[in-house]
Amino acid sequence: MQYTILILVLPLLSFIFLGLMDSKFKPKTAGLIGTIVLGIITALSYYTAFEYFTMYKVEGVYQKVIPFEMEWLRFTDLLSIKLGILIDAISVMMLVVISTVSFMVNLYSLSYMDGEKGFQRYYAFLSLFTFSMLGLVVATNIFQMYIFWELVGVSSFLLIGFYYSKPSAVAAAKKAFIVTRFADMFFLIGILVLSFYTKTFDFGVLTGENPIVFAAGAGATFMGFSVLSWAMALIFIGGAGKSAMFPLQIWLPDAMEGPTPVSALIHAATMVVAGVFLVARLFPVYYFQTPEVLHGIAYVGAFTALFAAVIACVQTDIKRVLAFSTISQIAFMMVALGVSGYEGHEGTGYMASMFHLFTHAMFKALLFLGAGSVIHAVHSNEMKDMGGLRKYMPITNWTFLIACLAIAGIPPFSGFFSKDEILAASFEFSPLIGWLMTFIAALTAFYMFRLYYNIFWGKDYAVKAAAHGHGHDDHGHGHTPHESPFAMAFPLVFLAAVTCVAGFIPFGEFVSATGADYHIHIDMKVAITSVVVALISISVATIMYRKPSTTPDKLAASFSGLFKAASNRFYIDEVYLFITRKIVFNSISRPIAWFDRHVIDATMDGFANTTQWVSIRIKSFQSGQIQQYAYVFLFGTLLIAALILIF
Amino acid sequence: MNFLSIFVLIPVLMMVGLFASNNRKQLLTVMTIGASLLMIMSATLTYMYLTERAAGNVAEMLFMADTVWYAPFNIHYSVGVDGISVAMLILSSIIVFTGVFASWKIDPLPKEFFLWFSLLSIGVYGFFITTDLFTMFMYYEIALIPMYLLIGIWGTGRKEYSAMKLTLMLMGGSALLLVGILGIYFSSGATTMNLLEIAKLHNIPVEMQRYFFPLTFMGFGVLGALFPFHTWSPDGHASAPTAVSMLHAGVLMKLGGYGAFRVAMYLMPEAAHEMAWIFLILTGISVVYGAFGAIHQTDLKYINAYSSVSHCGLVLFAILMMNETATTGAIMQMLSHGLMTALFFALIGMIYGRTHTRDIRLMGGLMKVLPFLGVSYVIAGMASLGLPSLSGFVAEMTIFVGSFQHTDTFHRVLTITAVSSIVITAVYILKVVGKIIFGPIQDKHHEELTDAVWYERVAVSVLIVAIFAMGSAPFWISSMIGESVIPVIGQLIK
Amino acid sequence: MEFLTSFFSGPVPVEAYLAVSLIMFFAGVYGFLTRKSMLMILVSIELMLNAADINFVAFNRYLYPGQFEGFYFTLFTIAIAACETAVAIAIIINIYRNLTSVEVGNLDQMKE
Repeated sequence: MQYTILILVLPLLSFIFLGLMDSKFKPKTAGLIGTIVLGIITALSYYTAFEYFTMYKVEGVYQKVIPFEMEWLRFTDLLSIKLGILIDAISVMMLVVISTVSFMVNLYSLSYMDGEKGFQRYYAFLSLFTFSMLGLVVATNIFQMYIFWELVGVSSFLLIGFYYSKPSAVAAAKKAFIVTRFADMFFLIGILVLSFYTKTFDFGVLTGENPIVFAAGAGATFMGFSVLSWAMALIFIGGAGKSAMFPLQIWLPDAMEGPTPVSALIHAATMVVAGVFLVARLFPVYYFQTPEVLHGIAYVGAFTALFAAVIACVQTDIKRVLAFSTISQIAFMMVALGVSGYEGHEGTGYMASMFHLFTHAMFKALLFLGAGSVIHAVHSNEMKDMGGLRKYMPITNWTFLIACLAIAGIPPFSGFFSKDEILAASFEFSPLIGWLMTFIAALTAFYMFRLYYNIFWGKDYAVKAAAHGHGHDDHGHGHTPHESPFAMAFPLVFLAAVTCVAGFIPFGEFVSATGADYHIHIDMKVAITSVVVALISISVATIMYRKPSTTPDKLAASFSGLFKAASNRFYIDEVYLFITRKIVFNSISRPIAWFDRHVIDATMDGFANTTQWVSIRIKSFQSGQIQQYAYVFLFGTLLIAALILIF
Repeated sequence: MNFLSIFVLIPVLMMVGLFASNNRKQLLTVMTIGASLLMIMSATLTYMYLTERAAGNVAEMLFMADTVWYAPFNIHYSVGVDGISVAMLILSSIIVFTGVFASWKIDPLPKEFFLWFSLLSIGVYGFFITTDLFTMFMYYEIALIPMYLLIGIWGTGRKEYSAMKLTLMLMGGSALLLVGILGIYFSSGATTMNLLEIAKLHNIPVEMQRYFFPLTFMGFGVLGALFPFHTWSPDGHASAPTAVSMLHAGVLMKLGGYGAFRVAMYLMPEAAHEMAWIFLILTGISVVYGAFGAIHQTDLKYINAYSSVSHCGLVLFAILMMNETATTGAIMQMLSHGLMTALFFALIGMIYGRTHTRDIRLMGGLMKVLPFLGVSYVIAGMASLGLPSLSGFVAEMTIFVGSFQHTDTFHRVLTITAVSSIVITAVYILKVVGKIIFGPIQDKHHEELTDAVWYERVAVSVLIVAIFAMGSAPFWISSMIGESVIPVIGQLIK
Repeated sequence: MEFLTSFFSGPVPVEAYLAVSLIMFFAGVYGFLTRKSMLMILVSIELMLNAADINFVAFNRYLYPGQFEGFYFTLFTIAIAACETAVAIAIIINIYRNLTSVEVGNLDQMKE
């Protein structure tokens, strides 16, 4: 499978080529180059998946294959960073997901970003992002993963801040980068601790059958927990940063400042699932060595899922609704991993998590691209500027509806199957988590349909536009919204088709914690409960939002405290702002700067000033008055003479 | 004549050429040819060095030569290089080369400027090739003195103050150093001041080491911006002209780390072990303190100077960790910091030359008008905050992994503190990038600015290529440095 | 009375010469320290020099009668003093031309 190296090399070349050749081409050419390269990569990924799943099964278990590996940087005799490609079930699955979504986004952007300034730059960044993400999933060792992890961080910075002259975009990009980097610091410390005790970075060794590498660290403890628990918890914090787990979720909603296709790429398929992928990659370590950390992951995930779902119910910016829904869904995956066992039926959670990752990537990309299509048509992100769009944009309407049904967990759409497995795994772990997750699933159905109705139903767009009096202003509200062109519609249709059929993929046969087959069987009790609950939520949303009504306002008024808090995202941003502005900037940085100038530097200047002061004082000895010298000389002589006489 | 002496001879010939030339064109021709020759020579040297090593020559230093210079005091002119010096020579050549292009339009007195610039290069090159303590000290002084004039005459802002401050503080450091060097020589019982001989004898009494180790380490540490002797750096860099900032932060500060490692640690290992904790705390403070200090600054050069304090602190920090990995990381950090800080100062100089301000509050949206400089600035920033595939990452990671090999809590806590600097660095880098490169244009006069011209592009591109090269293919440089570190570490572990 | 006769009749004792030169010398020192005019300071310096000359001659006469080193030395000193005075007066005249004053207290321009 040597050719898999091309999957990494091609996007890198594309990035370098587009980056250096900036503005040498017509924008369209650059876009086409990027898209074609991505197309090739997608084809290669599919071929890899095909070859892997048909040919690398030995005795019913999928093998790990490393077709390429080289030493990149040697640290000590035992530790060195290698760059390589690890092909196993989850990395192949991720290759497919990333390349598909990325290809769709590239295609979509050809039309969506048409005429934007910096079109080539945009495609260069997309290539870089894809490259980093692909490198991350095929990493053979944890340090390679960290390298690409950082590259993902920076390419997300570049993409989110694509509209660099817009201060809010720059702020969002900065925030995304700094928050994830803050988490990465813990990741790095975790890697340092883990590698110190295990003497390896290699995933193969860490997750292998023989856990002898953990023997060295087994006895060591720090503050009551074993060092391994610390290491794995720190590594998880890294994952939590990228996957926007509470309390590191704050960057994600703001990251919507980037172009909408970028949001689809970052939030649906790639960057945010990196954390989930990390935990899945190290799953055997979590499960066998540090089960308490794994349970912690489940609780963090459950809380984040609830937290984000509540906020999503009251947001008015459609992209933000989707952003919070992403956080919530990613948290679902985390919960699934957290509650999972390892072998056979126990491993439902792991399989479900990966399955959900796969299905979610498709329908969330669809949702974002659909939202992009809507925004493209009405030139606004706000729900209040939309309504009744189903008449103008039939394709978007239908595909969006399919995605909403999928995320709400209605059969036969893909989301139903994966979510059902997650719920089943949660119920097995603890009924509390199970019911909590079911409740969150209900909230999901509610806010998604609230979103759907607000965009496509409700008060008609034209009426609203007239009522708001922006009928003929510069923002382009005046024209009738129309369906998007082919390059934008095709990805929608394609992803919708995937969403319709993906649920029937026998996913467990491909991906499971052990590599052995796992047969999905739907737990009817859980399935029926979740579907019923989802249907109830959808009905509630239908009643409230399908026709213009006053119920939502009344509800908001009666729960004004909660409503306000949720609208303000529970003030977590303000807390962070307080920490950075007041504590880091004003209470640490400013005093240090002051201290440096007024204490340390003043001390150094003080030496100079003292020298000068002394010199001024003793300068008067050298008055230039000859007679004064003579006096001193005379009395000096007399004094010496007297002294000699006395002693 | 020994091959290595060419590195000192070329700048001397450059000075002769400069004396002979009488217009800017000739001056620049002389400088360009000289600097290119230096580049070629260091590439040749690297090639020769690697072939020699590949051929199985395991001597500690290669291309050694020794001439008695002043017999009564046993002063020799002795040269020799190992992987560390070769790395430093490459760095110096790159910086000198780009420095020439960055000072293409220097005004006034271009002839004098380049003369002093060449003299500075003599000091720098001589320092890295010599193995004799006294000659080393002499070259150190040769490198310091031109700095005073270069800042005092061609600087900006409070240049006299800064030049005086920088010179006095560094001279103070070299006074300590002189005492330390003489102490080493007289208590070692050696017949020459040759480093290798003293190290081989290895019989400086521990009581003596306790006096002379701190003196020597601090003497070099002042140049390496050791807290609390770093305050010359912000003022000095802020006032210095572009090329001088580049050379100073890029190479001259490396003399400190190199010397601390080569002289203080190598010759006095016992005291180094005993006293490492004091300096580890100081350098640990440097790392975090410099980074926090940078957040609050508003002058681009001050930001970069504080960031240098942080990064150079990391160099000394890693050296004091006293194991092979961390020390290799330290040398790589010297290289990496040299390249990226030179790039920063070059870019700041170019931006300042256009906007006539370095205050970040008065700038914004420069990407739109100066795309080349803007992109380069972002790349420099990314290198500084340790993005993989750029040089900073490999150096920092080697340091962190190496430092973490110590098992005791003291080293662990310090290492984690140092690791935290990567976040703080991200904060101030992104703050600056977000403010001046991105965002809306602040000043409408800035809309008429023109992007970099060819000589500026040469300087910037060379540095960027070097940063990328080191960051993407670190294995050969890491192994070259790694094997040269072993003798010193062997001395320390003994 | 006897003391007086012996004082005037016998050879002049060395103390007498020394007393004269001492008075002259300290008169010179006093003058040097107190006078403001440079010319007077110059005169004071001459007084001190001459006091030293007297000592030379007197000691030569009493310690090494028949030898002349002291006398020669004195002659040299007188010659040098003359040169020195000439130079000094030339300087003073120049100073007077520039500052229209020969007060020594004004001459501190070279202090800084």
